[in-house]
Order: sequence, then C-alpha cells, then structure tokens
Amino acid sequence: MPLLEIDNLSVSVVHDAIETPLVRGISYEVSTGEILALVGESGSGKSVSSLAIMGLLASALRVKHGSIKFEGHDLLVQSDEQMRQIRGRDISMVFQEPMTSLNPVRNIGSQIMESIEENLGLTRKQAKTRAIDLLKEVGVADAERRLKQYPHHFSGGMRQRVMIAIALAADPKLIIADEPTTALDVTIQAQILDLMSRICREHGTAMILITHNLGIVARYAQRVNVMYGGRIVEAGRARDLYAAPRHPYTEGLLQSVPRLDQDRSIPLRPIQGSPADPFAEISGCRFHPRCPYAEPICRSKAPEFEGGLACHFPLSQSAKEAV
Amino acid sequence: MGDYLRIEGLSVHFPVRKGLLQRQVGAVKALESVTLTLKKGEAFGLVGESGCGKTTLARTVLRLVDPTSGSIWFDGKNISDLTGTALAPYRKRIAAIFQDPFSSLNPRMTSGQIISEVLQVHRYSGNIKDRVTELLSICGLAPRFADLYPHEMSGGQRQRVGIARALALDPELIVCDEAVSALDVSIQAQIINLLEELREKFDLTYLFIGHDLSVVRHLCDRLAVMYLGRIMEMGTSEEMFSNPRHPYTKALIDAVPEPDPLGQEGKEHVALAGEIPSPLSPPSGCVFHTRCPIAMDQCRSTVPSLSRLAGHHSAACLALETTPEPRTTVAHTN
Repeated sequence: MPLLEIDNLSVSVVHDAIETPLVRGISYEVSTGEILALVGESGSGKSVSSLAIMGLLASALRVKHGSIKFEGHDLLVQSDEQMRQIRGRDISMVFQEPMTSLNPVRNIGSQIMESIEENLGLTRKQAKTRAIDLLKEVGVADAERRLKQYPHHFSGGMRQRVMIAIALAADPKLIIADEPTTALDVTIQAQILDLMSRICREHGTAMILITHNLGIVARYAQRVNVMYGGRIVEAGRARDLYAAPRHPYTEGLLQSVPRLDQDRSIPLRPIQGSPADPFAEISGCRFHPRCPYAEPICRSKAPEFEGGLACHFPLSQSAKEAV
Repeated sequence: MGDYLRIEGLSVHFPVRKGLLQRQVGAVKALESVTLTLKKGEAFGLVGESGCGKTTLARTVLRLVDPTSGSIWFDGKNISDLTGTALAPYRKRIAAIFQDPFSSLNPRMTSGQIISEVLQVHRYSGNIKDRVTELLSICGLAPRFADLYPHEMSGGQRQRVGIARALALDPELIVCDEAVSALDVSIQAQIINLLEELREKFDLTYLFIGHDLSVVRHLCDRLAVMYLGRIMEMGTSEEMFSNPRHPYTKALIDAVPEPDPLGQEGKEHVALAGEIPSPLSPPSGCVFHTRCPIAMDQCRSTVPSLSRLAGHHSAACLALETTPEPRTTVAHTN
C-alpha cells in the first residue's frame, strides 16, 4: 500500500458564486521514503493540490471531488481535530519563506517545543532535550544558546533549518516542501536540500518537493509529476523524463533553461505565450494555445491521463529507445 | 578607443548611526576597491550571493548611490562626481531594467503613460504616441498594450514594458538588475532571447546582475564573481566555467544543480559550509577565508589582490599566487 494515494482530486475556487477549477482531477501516489517532485509554473496547481493534502485550503477553495488517502484513510473525511493530529504527527510542511512562517515575537525554542509537546506528549524538560537534538541534526551550531533567540537573530538559511527542525519534531512519515529554497542563495540552497534528502534517507521519510527548478528535481527527486493548468501532464522517473520527454510541455520546459553543461551559443527555445490563466476559458487540452504540435483535436478534446501522460500526440518514442 | 565603462577602485560604505546624536558607530562595507572595465557592445555579468555588493555596484553606476571613494568613467568622462543637470545627459545614455516589473511600474499608470513619461521628462522631440507604439512592438507587444495597466498584464508582458521603457531614450548602456529572476521558466527564456536580440539590434552594452549562474553564463561574454563587496574572480564566460580557479567560484558552480539526472548520478558535490558573514564586520584578510575549504594561515591576515592568471582571467586568491597551476589553454568560441 502506498503511503499517500491521491485519486482524481479536483479543487475549485469559489468567487461570487462562480466556480473556477484550479486543480482538475489529478491522481498520484507517494511511497515510503521516496522523494517525488511536483514541477510547474505559476497557476499550475502544484501548491493548491498540496495544501489540500494538509487540509489547509483557504476558505474560498473547495475540494470538489476525489480522495486523498494517507495510509489507507481518506483525509477528506477526517474531522478538524483528527486533521490537526495528522498534520503534526504524520505529515508536516516546510514553506518557502521562513520569516513569515515563524512567529517573530516568540523565541525559537518555544516554537520548536510547542510542536514536540503537542505531538509527542513529552514533559517540558524532555521536549527541550529533543529540541536541542533536532537543532543539532539540522546543523544549527550552539543549539542550547540559540533556543533562546528570536527569528530575526537567524539568517535566511538558518531560519529554514529551524523550520525543518519543527517539521521533523514528531518524526513525520511525509514532508511536503513547497519551494523550500527559492528564497535562499545558491550555496545555502545546496546545504538545505542536501540536509533534507539526507533526513529522508536516514528516517525513511517521504517527501513531496514542490519546485519550479528543473535542476533541483534532477539532483534530488526520484520521480516527477509535471503539472500544467491544474493537471498532471506527464509523470515518470526523473531520469526517463529528462532523457526523453513525451509531453510537449515537458520538452519545452527543458529547452527553456540555460545549462552550464551546454555550449552557451545554443539559443534557448522558449515556449511561446504565457502560462495558462486558471480563469481563462481554454477548450480541449489547456496547453494547446502554446503547443507547437497542436492539431484540431487538441482544441476540442482534453486528453485523458493514461500511462503517465496526458497528450493526444506524445513525442516520438524513438529518442527514448536510443538512450 | 579606451574603455567604455571603467570602474576604478570603487568603494561604497553605508554609515551605521546610533543613539540620540546619530553618531556613526560603524559602516556596512558594501563595495571595497572594485575595479573593472566594460568594452562597448559587450555583456558583462556580475554574480554572487546576497550581500556581495552586486546591486550596490549597479546602483552606483546608475548614480543612485554615491561612491565613498573611487571613480566611474563612462565614455571617457568621470561621472562619479557629476550632479544635477550635468548628470542629465548620462541618465539618457544609461538605462536600467529591474527585477520585479510589478513594483517598478506605477500601478496607476497605463504602460503607454509609463513609457511616455520618460520621453516627456527628457523632452523627446518626435511624436510620443508613435514612439510608444514603436517601443512596444520592438519588445513584442501589440499597440493595444499601451492602454493596459500593469495588473492587467502577465509577468512576462510587464517585464517587456519595463524593457520598452528602458529603451525609450536610445540608451547605450543598460544595467539589468536580476531582470529575469522573478519570471516563470518558459517566460524567462523569452525575455533572455529578447535581451540578446536587442543587444545586437541596437548595439547595446549590458551590465547584467544575476544570481543564476546558468542565465548569466548564457547572456554574458565576461563576468565577475563577487563576495562580500569584493571581486573574487573575473574572466570570460568560457574561462570562468571551464576552468574556475577561485575556490568560491568553484563552490558556486558546484552548487548549481543541472537539469540532468544522469549527469548527477555518482557526482560528488560538496556543499559550501557556513554562512555569508555580515558586511558590517567582514572577516580580516581574505573575506572568503571563513568558508574556504583550502584556507591557509596567511589568508586570515593578508588581503589577496586581483591578479592576472592568463588572458582576461584574473582571481584574488593567495593559494593561486603561491602555487601557480600550469596555464591551461581556453577555447574562445565567440
């Protein structure tokens, strides 16, 4: 049984009694200990679908249908109290901006210990010992002294380490990391992602890594879901997907990024147009207005998601076999 | 012809004041004796992490920040001490494109008004409306975009308006401060291509500030790697990436994950330990010594100077001065 099983999940935003779908029927699984990446541009639904797992959707957002099963239990039918327990103990989340997710007027120690006491039922003294251990594990030196400090005493990278310590407090089975290093410098980004993948390896924790950076996916994830316009358009093992993308959008993304291992005189081949606006009416495949291979059927009929792909005209397999 | 833009021994210190009398208690050393030159028509990149001084350098060239010492020579004239009207001609010749088009465009003005404002301020002699339409079309936007407000456009379209505004007065040098950093991957590629196209078409010189090494390498002929207000290494993009010499440049390149899972397999990458020290009290000697994997005793006391290794390639590292590596030939492809 997979750890997390999402089946045909749809999320809509309701505004003035008008419903706009943001996530349009996505299905995927996450197994124990694996790192799965969700890749996509703004408005692809990658963050919204993950907030739905956590039961943290804003009030205007509704799950329209589908199920989210964690260890076999549907999270969508749990009471608020049950979800509160699952959130700390089984699934935790690391956000992009650590300064806005930490409370600026409480010291770091009390914020880590709150999570420990709440979820593990330890005494204050035991919680403090655990907090110090956690800070050491995430690489914060001089942990005992730093417990008494406030978020503004910490650099961006250190704050993100504290957030990871809080996420790890109850030894969760799944961590959802939403652009965890986008606000950080490159050398600090490498430190944080190395740390997170080491933790997953050592604790057998699974991670959903949400990012727009294709390099990060390649270095840290085993499997990838590429999202566009609220759907998963291609899913597969990272190495297969990069070697031979089958969806035109995946191919377009890969050709859009400049790379250090390629001749710099090779011009970039950007995807034309802008990412699909969730509020715009687009018939058929939502990628068709930007797709260089679009045929009439792409304008009228949305492709089914089958065999890890949602496309009427998948790119040729020959390139894939050659690898 | 001499150098087109020459920055000489430029230092910028921001005073830190405290107390009732606002006495100066220290200084943030944002830039420390930076010297570099740009040739006409080249794209020069500045890379580095937060606090390395790349943005301060850009703002000083734009004369938005006053240098503490040193000078900036543009087309044979020292512009670092010009003020007021004496500066006006240079404001026409040097333009800027900023990172976040949403905060650098006035939300209460249409893009047409935003672009024509620049033309009016500098008393453009031609037909302003025609010029706006022309600028929009140069940047790949239809004339109807002149009537749209920033919030009615996508991020990529807004950045095109920002570029159109920068081009309004036919500038020669454009300072691009993280001009593509806030954009989605597919849009970023469109804007990078547009910038390359414009450089060729209008014979522009770019001073391109960025933190994404692969973007800077793609766009720029030469670049400088900065750390805590100083230049660590400088050279052509080919030299810097095929044969990085400074330990910081090596670490920076190593930290960039390549979009290629097969290439990453079994590849050892060593994340640089530690954090960037505060520019309020930078380390003594070589500012990088606190994080440097090959730091020696003398690095703690001696400030290395930027010295030439080969061709245009130079680096500031004591380890390179004491143990010279054999010169490697570097292929120039441009």
